[in-house]
Parts: sequence; structure tokens; C-alpha cells
Amino acid sequence: MAMDLKEIETLIKESISDAIVEIEDLAGDGNHYSATVTSKEFSGKNKIEQHKMVYNSLKGKMGNELHALAIKTKEQ
Amino acid sequence: MDDNTKNLIQSHIDTNEVCLFMKGTPDAPQCGFSMAISNMLKILEVNYKGVNVLESQSLREGIKEFSDWPTIPQVYIKGEFVGGCDIVKEMYENGELKKVLEDKGINFKN
Repeated sequence: MAMDLKEIETLIKESISDAIVEIEDLAGDGNHYSATVTSKEFSGKNKIEQHKMVYNSLKGKMGNELHALAIKTKEQ
Repeated sequence: MDDNTKNLIQSHIDTNEVCLFMKGTPDAPQCGFSMAISNMLKILEVNYKGVNVLESQSLREGIKEFSDWPTIPQVYIKGEFVGGCDIVKEMYENGELKKVLEDKGINFKN
């Protein structure tokens, strides 16, 4: 099941308030996305913790509706 | 997750210095993300064990709970969860993966 870009962005921003979210629809099929998330909240955390923060913001959709979301996190 | 599944996962991690939980096998990956990580390990000539989570539904769901990580593939090195596809790919590209392998005393082609 596909999700739209706005929904992904909204969910991430609800949970990581200062996040700058750039989303790309990689294949144009509404199913393969890449999201680059930049936030101050990532500082002092390792990559696993940073990615978990993004996964948690997506409230269980990752691995289900969202099969193919590539995530990149950057500290601001 | 039942105890059998948990013990099975733990024993894969304990008995293989580099363990890749993946969809399909290293010779026949069933998912592009699993294939990508498998290929990176092959290029580095790392001796790794590919565990095919598609062989069992309990393993497929169990590994997500075990690692508290929602996606597959997942890489463990010397018992430690290193990351999924995105993180390991990034580490491969920026050289960190080699550093981790080196620090943990795993043989690879430099």
C-alpha cells in the first residue's frame, strides 16, 4: 500500500519538531521513497538511534505500508 | 516472540562473527535491499552467514522484535547490531564499515 509524500513528512515533523525533511519518490510509483531528515535532536546519538527516531515517528508503518523508504539522517 | 525463535536468532548471532538476516540467500537474494548488503560483504570478501528470514514466518517477524528494528536486512557483527540497509550502505560508502570490521578483528579485503 502506498503512502503519499505529505503524510510521511507530516508524521516525521510531528515527532521531530525541528526536522527538515526532504523526500524523493525514487521510482515514481508512490512506493519507493528516500527521506533525508536533518535535525538538532540527532546530536549525540548514533545512527541506529537516529534512524529509530525516524522509524518511531512513522508509527509502525515502516516495514508495513512503507516497504521501501530509504532513510538518511543528518545532524544539524 | 517464542523462546525457540529467540534462541535460534541468538545462536545465529553467537556462532557467526558476521551475520546477515536477509530475504533470500547470498546466492539468490529475494529483495534488492538484501542483495545490496550481501554484495557489499562479498566485495569486501567478508566471511558471513546469510540467514534467510523467508524460510520461517516466526523468524521473519522475530528478528524485527529481537533487534527492535522494523526492516530487513539486518547486520550483526560479533554479536552487535550494526544496522539495516541504509546505515550499512552509508558505512560502506564512507569507509566506516571497514573500520568496524578492522576494530572487531574480522578479515576482509582492504
